This record gives sequence, C-alpha cells and structure tokens, in this order.
Amino acid sequence: MKYTGNIIKYGDNVDTDVIIPARYLNTSDHAELASHCMEDIDKTFVSRVKSGDIITAGWNFGCGSSREHAPIAIKASGISLVIAKSFARIFYRNSINIGLAIVECPEAVDGISEGDKVEADLDNGIIRNLTTGKEFRTAPFPEFVQKIIENGGLMQSIAKGVIR
Amino acid sequence: MAMTMTQKILAAHSGLENVKAGELILADLDLVLGNDITSPVAIKEFAKLNKDSVFDRNKVTMVMDHFAPNKDIKAAEQCKLCRNFCEEKEVAHFYDVGEMGIEHALLPEKGLVTAGNVVIGADSHTCTYGALGAFSTGVGSTDMACGMAIGKAWFKVPSAIKFELKGSLRKYVSGKDVILHIIGMIGVDGALYKSMEFTGEGLASLSMADRLCISNMAIEAGAKNGIFEVDSTTLDYIREHGGKEPVIYKADPDAEYDKVITIDLSEIEPTVAFPHLPENAKTFSEIEDIKIDQVVIGSCTNGRLEDLIAAAEIMKGHKVAKNVRTIIIPATQQIYLDAMEMGLLKTFIECGAVVSTPTCGPCLGGHMGILAAGEKAVTTTNRNFVGRMGHTDSEVYLASPATAAASAITGKITSPWEVMGK
Repeated sequence: MKYTGNIIKYGDNVDTDVIIPARYLNTSDHAELASHCMEDIDKTFVSRVKSGDIITAGWNFGCGSSREHAPIAIKASGISLVIAKSFARIFYRNSINIGLAIVECPEAVDGISEGDKVEADLDNGIIRNLTTGKEFRTAPFPEFVQKIIENGGLMQSIAKGVIR
Repeated sequence: MAMTMTQKILAAHSGLENVKAGELILADLDLVLGNDITSPVAIKEFAKLNKDSVFDRNKVTMVMDHFAPNKDIKAAEQCKLCRNFCEEKEVAHFYDVGEMGIEHALLPEKGLVTAGNVVIGADSHTCTYGALGAFSTGVGSTDMACGMAIGKAWFKVPSAIKFELKGSLRKYVSGKDVILHIIGMIGVDGALYKSMEFTGEGLASLSMADRLCISNMAIEAGAKNGIFEVDSTTLDYIREHGGKEPVIYKADPDAEYDKVITIDLSEIEPTVAFPHLPENAKTFSEIEDIKIDQVVIGSCTNGRLEDLIAAAEIMKGHKVAKNVRTIIIPATQQIYLDAMEMGLLKTFIECGAVVSTPTCGPCLGGHMGILAAGEKAVTTTNRNFVGRMGHTDSEVYLASPATAAASAITGKITSPWEVMGK
C-alpha cells in the first residue's frame, strides 16, 4: 500500500482525549467525530486537513482512553496514514482493526517537517520525504497483522473466515 | 521455556503449551465488557456479521456508567441502543441505572472475574482485574465486537517488568500513592506493550482496594496489563464476592523480565501527579501552595468503600473550604449503601460535600463536575490530560482519597500527614 500526502506534525504523548474530547463521545457518527478531531490540541486541524494528508507524531501517540472514536475521527477527517515514533497499544490495535494505516518510524518523524510532502510505501517499508529527498526504512507488520489489514480490518477478516 | 504469570494465562487460553514474548496468538475469552460509550460502536460492528447471538450470553457484560444517568439526549440514545441489544441477544449481565456502578468496581464486586481469567473490555481501565490474578486488558470497540462474536481476541504476547514489593505502607498512604510513584519513576510509556507483574513479601500488606487501584492505573504507564500474584487476600475476596473457581498461575522462578524494580512500600509518601501527565508525580516537599476549586473523590480508580472510609476519617468534624466544590461518588450501589449504613454519607454532607449516584461523570469531563477555564481540581481519578475534566485551560491534580480529603478542607493541595499527623 502506498500513501502520498502533506504532513501535519504533532509532539509526544498525544492522548485520545485531545484527539477526540469525551464531550463529543455521545455520538459514534463518523462525520460528526471528524468535525471535532484534534480540537483540544489544534483548533486549526479541522479547517486545514485535506484528504490524503499524513500525521507525524512523537512517542506514545494515542495514549489514554481506549475510545475507538479517536482513530475513527482521524480516518474520517481524511488522514491517510499516521507515522509516529511509537503508538500506545490500544490505539495501535484499534487502528489495525478499523483499517487506519499506521507505522512506527522514529527516524522518519525526526526527518520530516510540517508541510513536507511524503510518500510511504508500506509494502516495501520505505518512507520518502519528497520535499527533502530523504528516505527512511520501516519494519513490515507481522504476518498475522498484515492479514487483518489486507482483508480490510478485523470484522471483515471474521466475516471472510480468515479469523475464527 | 520459563513464562511470566501473564504468559502462562495466555498460553492456557490459546491451547498452547508455551508462548513467548512477541508471539501473536488468538486467545479464548472468559468475559467481554463494554460501556455506554464504547458499546454502541461495537454493536454497529457486530451487526456487520449478521449473527443472531453473542458467543456466550453469560460471558458478555455491558455497564451504563460513563454518561449515565443519561446526561443528554444523545447519551440516552446510546444507552437505549445498548439496552435493546442486550435484551435482543439475551446478554446476561446488563447493568443499567439502579443496578449499575462504575464498571471496574462493579465487575469484581459481582464476582464476574476470577483468578486465571482472560478478560477484554472496551475501556482502557479494564486492566483493573489484574488485581484478582486475571489477565485483563483494555481494547477498542471492534475488538469487543469480535469478542462478542467469536469469544476470542488477538494478542501480541507481552514481555514484563517485575515489581518486587517489600515493607508496608505508612498511615494515610495508599495504593494510589504507590502507582503514582511508579508512573513517576518509569513514565507514561515506561511499560508500553508490557505486563507489570506485582509480587514480593510486601503484597501481604496491600488490601484488595489498594491492588485494584494499582492495577487500574497500569495503563497510565502504557502497560498491556498489571497483574498481582494471587494470595490469601485475593482468594478471600473472590470467595466473598461469589466469584467462580480461581485458577492460580505463578511465574516460573526463571521467567525472563525486561526489568526488575524493587519498591519499598514503607518509603512511599503521599504523592500528587501534576498536570498534564500522570508521570508528573511529586511529593509534598516539592509542592508549594496551590489553591483549588474542586475535589472529586470517586472513579474506577478510587471510588471503593475503603477510599470513602479514608476520606471520611479525615473530613469528619471539618467543613470543606469556602468555594471548593467537593463531589463524592461511590462507585457502586453496594458501596453507596455500605457508606450510608456506616454513616460516611452523613459525614460528607455535614462537611459541605455532595454525594452523587455512581457514574464516571467528571473523570472524563462528561458531566457532574466540569471545570471552567483557569480552575484547578484535586481528584482521585486517573488522568490529568489537557481538558480531561473540562476546559482546556483547567488543571487536574491526581491524588489519593486521603490527599483529596485533606485538600478539600484546607482549600489547597494538602498532604493528609499535615492534617492528621504521620
């Protein structure tokens, strides 16, 4: 899978409370959640995010609450991929389960700036900063996780009998 | 190959003789939990499979606790969706207003979790049941839907950090101070993807309330689970609450750990986590006068009877400071009733505090105690992120029930030792 987009950059320990504040959790409507995405950390996100954009962030992205509304809001806002130095574990599995592309790569995060154009080829584990020409390597997902992603998420994997 | 407690439970639930850290497995589930915020998303995912029933009606539970009693029309619709689903699928353990409590206080009280279980919950604080010697972990709504459908969840087998506890806690120091101390030491991602395993001779001095509080906040160090070795305190608790037959898993003596950390409980002091991360732990020698506007004593972390007893002991005969809204939230109906019969509620009300029905409410900035811009609160909850209890310019200081109670009567962040002596 290949993703190309412009970068919106955040720091360490971005928690799910700032990705989608709990006051909006009285709904599970994707578009409504997206309309409040990142509101408590970046009030400009919703107005400037464009379909295909890529988020980069520091360590422990998505820490805190297990709310799946967080990766749902990010995905529904048009973000195609999140590159972080590391992910909190529940956010990590939620993203895989709902089909939001994510990848851990500390070097890439350090080598990419806000607004850069980036191309990520996750099948071959290559992230290219098209603005600076720098290239970074990532580790592939384990086979089991790859299978979930290829089948379009966890529920689809169950529906197809891939997981039972 | 030698295994940790967690690895042994996971191996036994995935039909494997051995598992090792990093391995991906599908494990059988003993209980699948959701609440009024996460279950609606899971119910929508579950519907995609066109299944008439859940995998086992006795192994699914939903607790309406976050925005219940319904805080607004949308919250009411979410609870209604859960209620209808549980009725239609004949889910055995559906807890609504009147029966419900805060999920992680309620499930152990109802005997729904026992030692050796594998439990997932679409709530990050599901790690609480590690205190009972279970493997339990927070997941998302899609995992919950998968669990309800096939009774299984996928896991990457975690490595572990071992916490060797020794000594015993000093007066007015509790499990909350221990876990804030530990998170302060290892950081909010100090145990990322790992198990925190608690063992050692110091266990004997920790009550179940202390242990449930410590396991509850394992997620605040990024951990997958926080599990205690089973002893007579655990077994007595499970028996008293009508839990199923416990299965005890002990770590192999030569099990491998990423790290072994010794904690001398007698050295732990009242500890406060400053905004805006639980790792910003300070003890009172580092804390200056900080005036507060609100105190909350409750939550899945600290809304148990022992917590209310600790708070009432300090507050009895005092008045809460002028302009400090003090909100006490017993975590379950049973705790509420016990606190009433013990006269604790009378103590709180006479002090000028309010007592609420069980709800997660203010902990996540839902309802029942939201902060305005610039306001500060001392709370016994578990997170102090930006905007967690209300306005993004408000501040949450995490502390024990004893510290919160002492702070309520002085109007500033105060050590229980200052009010009660050591």
